[in-house]
Amino acid sequence: MRALTWHGKHDVRVDSVPDPEILNPRDAIIKITSTAICGSDLHLYDGYIPTMMAGDILGHEFMGEVVETGARSTLKKGQRVVVPFTIACGSCYHCGKHQYSGCENGLPADNQDIGQELYGQPMAGLFGYSHLTGGYAGGQAEYVRVPFSDVGPIVIPDGIEDEKVLFLSDILPTGWMAAENAEIEPGDIVAVWGCGPVGLFAVQSAFLMGAERVIAIDHFPRRLELARRFGAETINFEETDTAAALFEMTGGIGPDAVIDSVGLEAHGFFVDNVLDQIKKSTFLGTDRIHSIRQAILACRKGGRVSMPAVYGGFVDKFPLGALMEKGLTLKTGQTHVQHYMPALLNAIMEGKIDTTFLISHTLPLEQAPQGYKMFHDNQNEVTKVVLKPGMALAAE
Amino acid sequence: MADTMNRASKDDAPLSTANKESQAIDEATDGLIVQRGDKLVARAVTINRPRAELYAFWRDFSNLPPILDNVVRIDVLDRERSHWVVKAPAGGTVEWDSRITEDREGELIAWASEDGADIPNSGRIEFRDAGARGTVVVATINYAQPGGTIGRVISRIFQREPKMQAQRDLRRFKQLMETGEIATSSRTQQQLEEERN
Ligand SMILES: NC(=O)c1ccc[n+]([C@@H]2O[C@H](COP(=O)([O-])OP(=O)(O)OC[C@H]3O[C@@H](n4cnc5c(N)ncnc54)[C@H](O)[C@@H]3O)[C@@H](O)[C@H]2O)c1
Ligand SMILES: [Zn+2]
Ligand SMILES: [Zn+2]
Repeated sequence: MRALTWHGKHDVRVDSVPDPEILNPRDAIIKITSTAICGSDLHLYDGYIPTMMAGDILGHEFMGEVVETGARSTLKKGQRVVVPFTIACGSCYHCGKHQYSGCENGLPADNQDIGQELYGQPMAGLFGYSHLTGGYAGGQAEYVRVPFSDVGPIVIPDGIEDEKVLFLSDILPTGWMAAENAEIEPGDIVAVWGCGPVGLFAVQSAFLMGAERVIAIDHFPRRLELARRFGAETINFEETDTAAALFEMTGGIGPDAVIDSVGLEAHGFFVDNVLDQIKKSTFLGTDRIHSIRQAILACRKGGRVSMPAVYGGFVDKFPLGALMEKGLTLKTGQTHVQHYMPALLNAIMEGKIDTTFLISHTLPLEQAPQGYKMFHDNQNEVTKVVLKPGMALAAE
Repeated sequence: MADTMNRASKDDAPLSTANKESQAIDEATDGLIVQRGDKLVARAVTINRPRAELYAFWRDFSNLPPILDNVVRIDVLDRERSHWVVKAPAGGTVEWDSRITEDREGELIAWASEDGADIPNSGRIEFRDAGARGTVVVATINYAQPGGTIGRVISRIFQREPKMQAQRDLRRFKQLMETGEIATSSRTQQQLEEERN
């Protein structure tokens, strides 16, 4: 089969590799019909995530048709499914609490050492996201092997196009959980850093949960415009002193809840951000954290900090004092996708949530490398790239 | 009988976490472990299944090779005795006969190697109710560092990471019991075979 493989920083290629096979009784093989490139994939593309190996197949946002099932899979050939990016067993202690991204059985036993060493406990298994998360082949390919297919994938009724449901795999539940973690109350003002897919879904979700005002922050005019379309007020951080603007826009109180949906690659030429970059390259710190730092300082006393953004290591200059003195609550985590999928599928079918607005480009799988480059180089215009293995190559 | 898992007289931390290994061995072998050396490894894992089921699986040693990474083969000789063949460096193997020294239905199994073992060892696996969490399984292994060149090589493998090895083995036990399978990220049958060899 053809698959998008990683070979190094800014080097991804479409290669021919052996087809996946059923290896465990609960497996299923899915023939991919649509798969997306995620902001998180850019962290891999930029070489920020350790334990990648040449030839690794990327992609954790995908859907398709069931073509093969193991003896204990509950799926049926021909069914259309969206697959959660977190690999969860459904039967461990964490899965029992619906904390699926804490699942203890998705990660092969030998891959669990690193997480235990780094974080105190092993992490969950994820598709297409380095050997730290299991080394599972991802879905930017013609076929993918899906473990625990009896608990993860959600079956999509006929007649709903891929574009409407594809984002159930990651970014829609991630934006939703970000808003849920912000514990929004009616009348709240919520500030959202980053108007990428996660931020934009957090904006939509915050309004659905009763926020009175949502203030969205980014520097890409096109992304800010999308946030405004859902009723958000916006701040372009390149033109404005974000902290001062938030203080004034909330009459000095500050937002009731703040959501950091930027993460590792916070852009911008802030003094502390540049400092973070220097430290990163000299191994003093591994993560750049401007957005989370600013969010914590902006948040009102007693407010909530929600952090869907991904961080991997240790951070310097984290405003722990502000967190304590202001009595803030911080909630974060990889998304418990399986927990949110059914309700969000219903919301999509009832027309309460719109997802298709996000897709700016659709390409054949063969052009995935161009898709990565576009998404990386031009985030203003390119909001989401969807890849389709079956699509004919555009004439060049 | 002394509580062999906790240093109950002093604090509640498990023996396996003691900074002083020799002291931990004294306390561990004070109870249910027949001493077979000066090395001690102990690990705990929570498994969301009933105690009786986990005990029954473990009691049949022929079930264990897929879980225990280094084990090539276990021949069950009779109700008490089994013969173990375990991977050693450079494609070799080490072997020993093992005898059950204590067996409490649903609670614990203790064993010790018999004379002539390539690596003298003993140990115990305990199953404790953990309420809504299922069962806490604690494995404690006591062994002797082999001598000679081969001993040095073996001990590098068995000694540098024995804690890790025990933990990985317990994780596989957990996966098989909780999910019915052992997680793998291989994509093809061939990769899986290479990974398991
Ligand atoms: N928790 C999870 O399970 C989960 C799932 C998916 C994605 N994520 C993470 O969420 C984050 C966002 O994902 P995405 O796909 O939307 O990424 P993205 O890269 O498309 O969007 C990030 C946006 O943040 C903006 N930005 C950069 N610096 C900023 C700053 N200082 N202030 C305000 N905005 C700034 C960028 O211009 C960009 O539009 C990433 O860190 C991603 O890894 C987490
Ligand atoms: Zn994603
Ligand atoms: Zn689980």
